[in-house]
Amino acid sequence: MKVMVIVKATAESEAGAMPSEQMLTEMGNYNEELVKAGIMLAGEGLHPSSKGKRVLFSGRNRTVTDGPFAETKELIAGFWLWQVKSMDEAVEWVKRCPNPMNEESTIEIRQVFEAEDFGEVMTPELREQEDRLRAQLEEKQ
Amino acid sequence: MATAAHRTVDAVWRIESARLIAGLTRFVRDVGLAEELAQDALVAALEQWPESGVPDKPGAWLMAVAKRRAIDQIRRRTVLERKQELLGRDLELQQESAEAGLDTALDDDVGDDLLRLIFIACHPVLSTEARVALTLRLLGGLTTDEIARAFLVPESTVAQRIVRAKRTLSEAGVPFEVPHGAERDRRLSSVLEVIYLIFNEGYAATAGDDWMRPALCEDAMRLGRILAELTPAEPEVHGLVALMEIQASRSRARVGPNGEPILLLEQNRGRWDQLLIRRGLAALARAEVLGGAAGPYALQAAIAACHARARTAEETDWARIAALYGTLAQVTPSPVVELNRAVAVAMADGPSAGLALVDALAEERLLEGYHLLPAVRGDLLEKLGRFDEARAEFSRAASLTRNTRERDVLLRRAGRL
Repeated sequence: MKVMVIVKATAESEAGAMPSEQMLTEMGNYNEELVKAGIMLAGEGLHPSSKGKRVLFSGRNRTVTDGPFAETKELIAGFWLWQVKSMDEAVEWVKRCPNPMNEESTIEIRQVFEAEDFGEVMTPELREQEDRLRAQLEEKQ
Repeated sequence: MATAAHRTVDAVWRIESARLIAGLTRFVRDVGLAEELAQDALVAALEQWPESGVPDKPGAWLMAVAKRRAIDQIRRRTVLERKQELLGRDLELQQESAEAGLDTALDDDVGDDLLRLIFIACHPVLSTEARVALTLRLLGGLTTDEIARAFLVPESTVAQRIVRAKRTLSEAGVPFEVPHGAERDRRLSSVLEVIYLIFNEGYAATAGDDWMRPALCEDAMRLGRILAELTPAEPEVHGLVALMEIQASRSRARVGPNGEPILLLEQNRGRWDQLLIRRGLAALARAEVLGGAAGPYALQAAIAACHARARTAEETDWARIAALYGTLAQVTPSPVVELNRAVAVAMADGPSAGLALVDALAEERLLEGYHLLPAVRGDLLEKLGRFDEARAEFSRAASLTRNTRERDVLLRRAGRL
């Protein structure tokens, strides 16, 4: 199964503070461990939300707002995509991660949907419709 | 609470077992014994962690317990041997240095130990089934039951295979080392074969199978990625990783809503996993930079990459695919490769060019009874407007295939003509 491992933002990361050299080294070593274990598929760090945008959907309206955004602790500062055997394995790996921030911080683990997770809800008809839509989208690209 | 701790033990085992067994094997020089010691440590964890909580460094904890058991065993053996007066005072010295050696064995060169373990698990002295089972068990951290479910065989069969494999390795006195020179190449190709076999077993899984079967693809890819980190200079390792990543990128698209297989050219490319494709192309580039473009796995990956790069089936670079099959046929001559080349040539240069190649295979013994030969021939004849001959070929192909869904398709094609 695939999981997305999300590093949540902190006041410092939102202020654009760059990680210390020690942190970069520790994180580098940790990333190397993940690669050596064959579980890391991808990973990126994100700029603070002050450089981000939000698009609010309301009916047919789309309203664009500029960052920074409030509720700092719910924002994302970085993420990994891992291929693991179970959620427990992902938890064990996250426990081994150096604290990604200089202050108290959170890492959240979310399971990535695979086609079979839709189960009964994803009827053959729906699948076909999804396929058709994807094909149309591709043609337009 | 107990189950939560048990799940944690499972997860830690999955992460640590290969390194644990590898480090212990270096010390006790016997894979079977090393695995038993590691299992003992696992049992101790299952007993103690629900009470004491999971230790801060679970891997180190397991290693410490296994290490204690290893030393106990050596002491017992030493006492026994001393009683038998087989060896004299030297043993005490030996034991001391062995104990000191264990500490370094467990700390240093974990990567080297892991690589040695992979080479042992895939040793040619073992049968292919034994290599596969031992690799999944020692390096994939799978239980005997999981391996049995994945390969649709009784658990006792797998257990026996593993016991016998360990005994064979012990009796053959297979050294715990990374082979060199030509021997290394031979042994590495056995390792790659085992990993690809595991992958293909998972890829052949069908709807309704135990989820352990398709999960084999992930196990194989994980092993391949680990190996690629351990042997970064080996182009064929990257070639195999590339091949698996690109093939796996299509897994969502290769089965229809009702479980029917969908052929490559008819797949919805929007369902292909672009992340895996990118990873596959990067691995292929690594193989090529290392001068391994002509390796059999790199060539197959390069063919898969041609499909992955084409945004629509029509954009496929068939001339390049035909050329790659031509090189592959030289490296690993096989009528099946030749048949694939014929298909690519037909797509690039037209059906009569392809048909000429297919006809050259008519007498091939190895393709006798292989339904794809008449199926391909029928397809080319149909394109050339030779419908009577095409109908006969489709009927013949239908009578040869054992897959009912495929038979239906072939009979429908015959009936349409």
